[in-house]
Amino acid sequence: MQLPRPRGPLSERVFAEMLSPDPKPVAVEPLPATGDVLADEDLQVTLWALYELSFRGFEDVDPDHEWSPGLITTRRVLEEAFEAALRSLTDDAVDRALEEHRRTTEQVLAVIDDVDDPRLARYLQREATEEQYREFLVHRSIYHLKESDPQAWAIPRLEGGPKVALAELQYDEFGGGRADRLHSTLFAKALEGAGLEPAYGAYVDVVPALTLATNNAMSFFGLHRRLRGAIMGHLAAFESTSSLPCRRYSGGAARLGFDGRVNDYFDEHVEADAVHEQLAVRTICQQLVDQEPALQRDVLLGASACVRLDALAAAPMLEAWQQGRSSLLDTPQEEVA
Amino acid sequence: MSTSRACQVEICPDGPALVRGADEVVDSNGRAHRTTRPVVAVCLCGRSQRAPWCDGTHKVVTAAAPSSSTVEARVG
Repeated sequence: MQLPRPRGPLSERVFAEMLSPDPKPVAVEPLPATGDVLADEDLQVTLWALYELSFRGFEDVDPDHEWSPGLITTRRVLEEAFEAALRSLTDDAVDRALEEHRRTTEQVLAVIDDVDDPRLARYLQREATEEQYREFLVHRSIYHLKESDPQAWAIPRLEGGPKVALAELQYDEFGGGRADRLHSTLFAKALEGAGLEPAYGAYVDVVPALTLATNNAMSFFGLHRRLRGAIMGHLAAFESTSSLPCRRYSGGAARLGFDGRVNDYFDEHVEADAVHEQLAVRTICQQLVDQEPALQRDVLLGASACVRLDALAAAPMLEAWQQGRSSLLDTPQEEVA
Repeated sequence: MSTSRACQVEICPDGPALVRGADEVVDSNGRAHRTTRPVVAVCLCGRSQRAPWCDGTHKVVTAAAPSSSTVEARVG
């Protein structure tokens, strides 16, 4: 994979540094206002590319730049803005859950229920055209081709029950000992089955900032040990809001007559995530907060960020489709000026 | 029954039963369902559309639906 296309002056300058032998920090100014950070194309693609150095990297970027002090300095400035935006997005819901419920399991469910269902799954099940369904897979490809990778960072940072439960969950995500059942591989097969490009990162240039932000949140929570509560809260919310929508996604794929590999991916997740939800909410999050009460708020930050970012990303997708437009960025031939 | 591992069942409040180490689960009609997963979620609310496996439906049906399913897990 090559570096993505820049989307503005910040990404142009940061990507130029990433391509240089000795990257220097880039002054990030002016930063977008907190409320605009999540939908800022320039900022989100920059952050996505900086995080990618810790996943698969880029063919045109020196692998050693993962730890470049210049790039990490830039990343930290962006992360401070991103964290402020995520906390601002979720603080009220987290406060309500803490006031109204005592147990972590109940608080996690409360922040999930605090968000109205964006009805994306229902739309895909009943109304979406083939092209819209393919667009949905394109949005999801950014995460599902590295499914569960950001959560794996948490394993060495947990102890006892939560570590065991996360390992049990991840064993399933990573194929249960069978390379052909690796969930990211199942998704690549689903993309192929839908006539799409299965290569990692193939669609980064066409997904909007909010889709990148859902991914950046996982990378941000996963890469910082202090946020181990948030990455596990995110996991709990992700798994808890997966089984029922996956049944609808599978139904939509069947309605549209897609290749069985598309259904196979979502059917796998109906059953697998029914298990994962229990592990993530009851065993991982509850026991983690029992062990480390100081992580309580971050667990709920992660859970709330998961569902709220999902809803934010889904709304313009649905709106575009209902107006007969594409939800993806224009396939750009011209460079950003 | 194998002596090398134990089959373990964990009942989740208002949720399914997590069954570890089963090779097959027998549903209330006596039909055996094989599994290769190390842990499976078995429906206890009786409303799953993928019975005997949990599909999350318990979250959308009214609480306290009595369990009508009887399951038996076997290690082969």
